[in-house]
Amino acid sequence: MIEDGRPIFVQIAEGIEASIIDGSLSEEERAPSTNELAAFHRINPATAAKGINALVDDGVLYKRRGVGMFVADGARAALLARRRQAFAAAYVDPLLAEARRLGLGPDDVAGLISERTAGTTRKEPS
Amino acid sequence: MSSVIEVQNLTKRYRETTALDDVSFTIEKDTIYGLLGRNGAGKTTAMSILTAQNFATSGQVRVFGATPFENPSVLSRMCFVRESQKYPDDATGRHALRMARLFFPRWDDDFATQLIEEFALPVDRRIKKLSRGQLSAVGVIIGLASRAEITFFDEPYLGLDAVARQLFYDRLLQDYADHPRTVVLSSHLIDEVAPLLERVLVIEQGQILLDEDTDALRGRAAAVVGDSAAVEGFVAGREVIYTESLGRVTSATVLGGLSEQDRQRLVAADLDVAPVSLQQLVVRLTRRAAESAPKHKELVP
Repeated sequence: MIEDGRPIFVQIAEGIEASIIDGSLSEEERAPSTNELAAFHRINPATAAKGINALVDDGVLYKRRGVGMFVADGARAALLARRRQAFAAAYVDPLLAEARRLGLGPDDVAGLISERTAGTTRKEPS
Repeated sequence: MSSVIEVQNLTKRYRETTALDDVSFTIEKDTIYGLLGRNGAGKTTAMSILTAQNFATSGQVRVFGATPFENPSVLSRMCFVRESQKYPDDATGRHALRMARLFFPRWDDDFATQLIEEFALPVDRRIKKLSRGQLSAVGVIIGLASRAEITFFDEPYLGLDAVARQLFYDRLLQDYADHPRTVVLSSHLIDEVAPLLERVLVIEQGQILLDEDTDALRGRAAAVVGDSAAVEGFVAGREVIYTESLGRVTSATVLGGLSEQDRQRLVAADLDVAPVSLQQLVVRLTRRAAESAPKHKELVP
């Protein structure tokens, strides 16, 4: 949900991006309108509009006149590529920093990752 | 964007105190403003002068391009919901709403009826006999249903419980989306109203401390937390508005936003970044202004 410490329009844009990535909002489907977003998140409609416009500028959404905003063709692949690039900075770097504090080297971390991966795959029904 | 209110060099002096000290600002059309600041900062004085319920000592106020004082064509387009609105002794809620319907050209009676039901206001009871929350509901209903082009809400929530306050925020946002207008909301519950505000005006000791887009402000402030020496090294040369320390850990709130390079430096120095809410930011800015003010006065011989 919306937190107060970061620009809300950024969080609105991220929320729509997440829906596109997880498939709950598919390409060529209508995106929520400014007023729907404002009512749902209880935020100023101008702020919601700013989030939508950021996605239009990015080519993720496009406007159909008189109908609303729609998810662009190819938006999911583009977002996935961007997310994968950001993955290292957002998850791997903090992981390595915490490991260093605990006296674990990169090899230890790699070992832990294989160990945990094996654990989770074993639990999954085949 | 065009402005609906223009204030230039406005000063208001009472016998001993200066409530507003040479302030200038504009209010944009169809925007929701938060007017924030401590008690006695000058918020109510400013709203009273803008709605011609009080006189300025000096300076210029223009609303819709005209002087509001004794100007019915301007006043009927503004609604001021005061925290301590006075009503005649024998008036009921129904009387107050009927007066409002006569006064405000864009009044929506169906909306008022809906709000009366939602706030469960006993409209035929004398206002004198209403609870504090019910009295606030009268003001909130008038403020919303009047659909005035400029509506001032001066701490409209006194005595309203959390459910009723949420109802007020929801109806305000919904009706604003359907009928855009200018709203100036003065509140101490900054955390609660922050998501509603497109712009914030912060007043402290009669002066404008901040006049900014709310979302831009959220992106501008961050707290840098970690080893005291490392924090001091990082914040050197930046605008620090607040610091607190616990043992060897320091948290410094900086303005100015953090670049990608800054973030890399922070990771390298093992420093964390914590978000700063609008409420924390306003409190820290106001405290800094209060602390620095007496020092300035000492410098004057």
